[in-house]
Amino acid sequence: MKLSRRCFLSFVLGGAAGTALTPLPWKLTDDLSIWSQNWPWTPVPPDGATNFVNSTCELCPAHCGITVRTVADRAVKIEGQEENANKTGGGACLLGLSGLQLLYGPTRVQGPLKRIEENGTIRFQPISWQQAIDEVVAKMAELRSQGKPQSVACLSGRDVGTVPQLFKRLLKAYGSANFVSMPSVEDAYASALRLTQGIDGFVGLDVENTDFILSFGSALLDGYGSPQRMMQAVGRLKKQRGTLVQAESRLSNTAAKADIWLAIKPGSEAALALGMAQVIISRGRYNSDFVNAHTEGFDSFAAMVKEKYAPSAVAEVTGIAPEVIAQTALAFAGAKNPLAICGRGKGQTPVSLKEVLAIQALNALVGSINRKGGAQTMPTYDYLNWPAVELDVTAQTGIAKGRLDGAGSDKYPHVGSLAHRLIEAIDASAGELQMLLVAECNPCYSLPDSDKVKAAFEKIPFIVSFSSFMDETARQADLILPNHVYLERYEDVPVMAGTVQPTIGLCQPVVSPLLNTQHLGDSIIKIALGLQGNIAKAFPWKNYESCLMETLGDQWPLMSDQGYWASEAAASSSERGFSTASGKLILMNGTLGAIFMAEAPVTASGGDYPLQLIPYDSIRLTSGYVGTPPFMIKTVEDTVLKGQEGFVALNPETGKSLGLASGDMATLITPVGQASVRVHHDDGVMPGVLSMPRGLGHSAYDSFLAAKGVNINQLIGTMEDPASGLDAAWGIRAKLVKA
Amino acid sequence: MKQTQTQNQHRPKRYGMAIDLDKCTGCGSCMVACFAENNVPFKQDETDKLLSITWMRVYKITNGKKFPETEVCYLPRPCQHCAGQHEGHSPCVSVCPATATDYSADTGIVSQIYTRCFGCRYCMAACPYHARYFNWWDPVWPAGMERYLSPNVSPRMRGVVEKCSFCFHRYQLARDKAYLEGKRAVSEAEYQTACTQACPAGAIVFGDLNNSEHAVYQIVQPDAHNHYKSKNPYAFRLLERLGTNTKVYYLSSREWVRKAGDNYLANEEPGASHAPNQHG
Repeated sequence: MKLSRRCFLSFVLGGAAGTALTPLPWKLTDDLSIWSQNWPWTPVPPDGATNFVNSTCELCPAHCGITVRTVADRAVKIEGQEENANKTGGGACLLGLSGLQLLYGPTRVQGPLKRIEENGTIRFQPISWQQAIDEVVAKMAELRSQGKPQSVACLSGRDVGTVPQLFKRLLKAYGSANFVSMPSVEDAYASALRLTQGIDGFVGLDVENTDFILSFGSALLDGYGSPQRMMQAVGRLKKQRGTLVQAESRLSNTAAKADIWLAIKPGSEAALALGMAQVIISRGRYNSDFVNAHTEGFDSFAAMVKEKYAPSAVAEVTGIAPEVIAQTALAFAGAKNPLAICGRGKGQTPVSLKEVLAIQALNALVGSINRKGGAQTMPTYDYLNWPAVELDVTAQTGIAKGRLDGAGSDKYPHVGSLAHRLIEAIDASAGELQMLLVAECNPCYSLPDSDKVKAAFEKIPFIVSFSSFMDETARQADLILPNHVYLERYEDVPVMAGTVQPTIGLCQPVVSPLLNTQHLGDSIIKIALGLQGNIAKAFPWKNYESCLMETLGDQWPLMSDQGYWASEAAASSSERGFSTASGKLILMNGTLGAIFMAEAPVTASGGDYPLQLIPYDSIRLTSGYVGTPPFMIKTVEDTVLKGQEGFVALNPETGKSLGLASGDMATLITPVGQASVRVHHDDGVMPGVLSMPRGLGHSAYDSFLAAKGVNINQLIGTMEDPASGLDAAWGIRAKLVKA
Repeated sequence: MKQTQTQNQHRPKRYGMAIDLDKCTGCGSCMVACFAENNVPFKQDETDKLLSITWMRVYKITNGKKFPETEVCYLPRPCQHCAGQHEGHSPCVSVCPATATDYSADTGIVSQIYTRCFGCRYCMAACPYHARYFNWWDPVWPAGMERYLSPNVSPRMRGVVEKCSFCFHRYQLARDKAYLEGKRAVSEAEYQTACTQACPAGAIVFGDLNNSEHAVYQIVQPDAHNHYKSKNPYAFRLLERLGTNTKVYYLSSREWVRKAGDNYLANEEPGASHAPNQHG
């Protein structure tokens, strides 16, 4: 049969028209969709009874109240608590909201692990809890029998609450004074309180009642203190037509929302504060009632600022015009309830003693100490009525040897802990530290000069990590004894972070422990019992839970119901006086004079490094103990992170002078290290400054976080404040070279 | 349609949102609250923002001036739930060949029914707000992490489009509860979206734009006779002049921000030109 052209075309067209007219193609498309939508690997979340559990978030120092929604035995959503002491009103920050990704995430340590070196390769081998505890006990007993209990140290993320205090107690009974907590602005505030008011405590910021906030680089809207509380306070301030002044070299989110943004040169905060003090005093605008009745050393303070901090001199240091400094200072003094706030970024790094003293002096000059809307002196939490520890001879000798970091010694009398000094001590004389216990912190990532920290850790013969996550520090440990995460355990977490209402949050188990982990409190008690003698005697509790219940006593039922306990006591008032010899707040004396006269620590400026690299804190990234969860990384802008590459932001002018366009690759070099970065032009960055977020560049964790961007701590060295010994590093000199 | 609405004894609801950009700090909690509430998946690399599924996305805008005159503002963008010029004439609903997205005359919410969607992505092309996202891949949760998925929202699969639903499942739960308790109406507090609830700055207000008792109505003061244009001089809607008649209103005291909400000529005042009143 011959197929003609006409015949062929008729057949094809007819067939096409026929197919189109039948429902076949539509049916097939539909079936295909339905088939692909029923692929078994798309999860179908099982349903069940819904419940809500009140607990406390432990992911940052704010310790906000949370309500966790559970379906059957699964936690499905974390929400902010409607009613709570932190006044968060149902809101929650994105880290708090991402908590379940940490609970169920793949970076958790599944059970106790021991580091094994075989043929040059390192791996972690699962061991039993009994073996893990036994190994720690054996090592500690061995060091103790050698008469070297002081060679054991603990590095902890916090130092308040029962768990850190159990750790401290263990070390004390064992014979070591080396309980070191990670640095934060609280260290600087605490030193200032001790020096000026003679009080051991922390500073509460009454942001709810102030009408003028003068912030010295504090990221009030990016996670300073308690993120929600600060955001709500700033919202209220603006609504009531109060004033927010932000002194910062970069247009941060806080600066963007401020009424006045003082774009100061990096590191000149103390000078600005003292310059403002000079204006307030010279114009007679200080609160003479408060100054006369409650302060001492005013005249010498006035003479000091007059001599050293005249507006023209301050203008030169800060880059702010003298009239702007004067106007802002007078507006501050003229406000009804002004409040000056100290602590750069989220407040996770200390500032120099001079800076915190200068800022607190501003508060004192306008009478905003222990007054409504001012800086409140909050006493240290004191609810642990544990029996005193009996020290045997070994313990006494060990403790008498003092601390490896030198905190509290004649050299650094004003501070309680100096983590970077501990690292220095390890680096300098290796044998002095034989064993390090690391709890709830990640020093190998989050301390400045992190490569040096890692190198120092290599020198420690025995490291025990109690981390729940396989972080940078856990990877360097010899033993990992993973703690439950906060949603699986009971723990009390006293709130500091600028609160004006003493509050103790209670973490409650929302789900039963998912993995073969053990509560850190129980691990400590088991180690203590294993060490026997006086050490075991110091721990008269069956387990951690009974210790906690006993400690909290009558408050337990209330706390487990609402998730926190908050004091009803009003904030302290200046009428009660201060605990100094004269009962007055010290503005100036010999010690303070020396601190004020000293130059603030600065990074050496050199021709080789024409730029200044300044870190910033973003609420979308975490830079402390926990890593940034996938949800948060997802919100990071593509001008901060693109693929695996991190950006450095600089002013377009700076970019032009360096011949670097937005998106170009460049090498960022500092005296401490170097890194490959992409360039992003940002008009909000001061010319001559390079700006980079903290919280990226992890080498540990999963592929959602690891190897993304640059860890700025690898590029920044320590910068010790001569007055306190605290590491007040906030940036470093740098250069940027086209790659 | 409009007449039937006003004549009806039970006036239909018109859920909408007012976002105060003066309050918004750009923290991104709304985005994460939405991810967690709605089982939004995540990939190892989310830095290609065209492929990154974010029902709620916070944009950063600047006034383009030099240091230190620079200003920035953040703008959270959920689905705008367009009503169009004739109620229900949303750009996406009009083009969907599968009725996978529909306009609810009862609530004003633009729905998305995943099992009906066959992935043609016409709606994505039609949406002026980039509020719709396509699942190019099957969602994968790291082993164990699927345990936090909420049973209230079905996880989506490869080949379908998804977008913000104003947390419609929360409306369903609130409605069921109200029904069981013999109540007729869902109260304002009973139905709030996850982003509204989470916003630490209290920048988002959500409620019924037809109910004068709701905070969102009082803030927006919608003009029901003029396509719900806001009578608040600080309020604006995104690309209002397209006539999409959206239900998400933004408030800002700064003129350059209000101006950034639409395409204005260099010397034109924001709000100078109105959305077309005639059927276009």
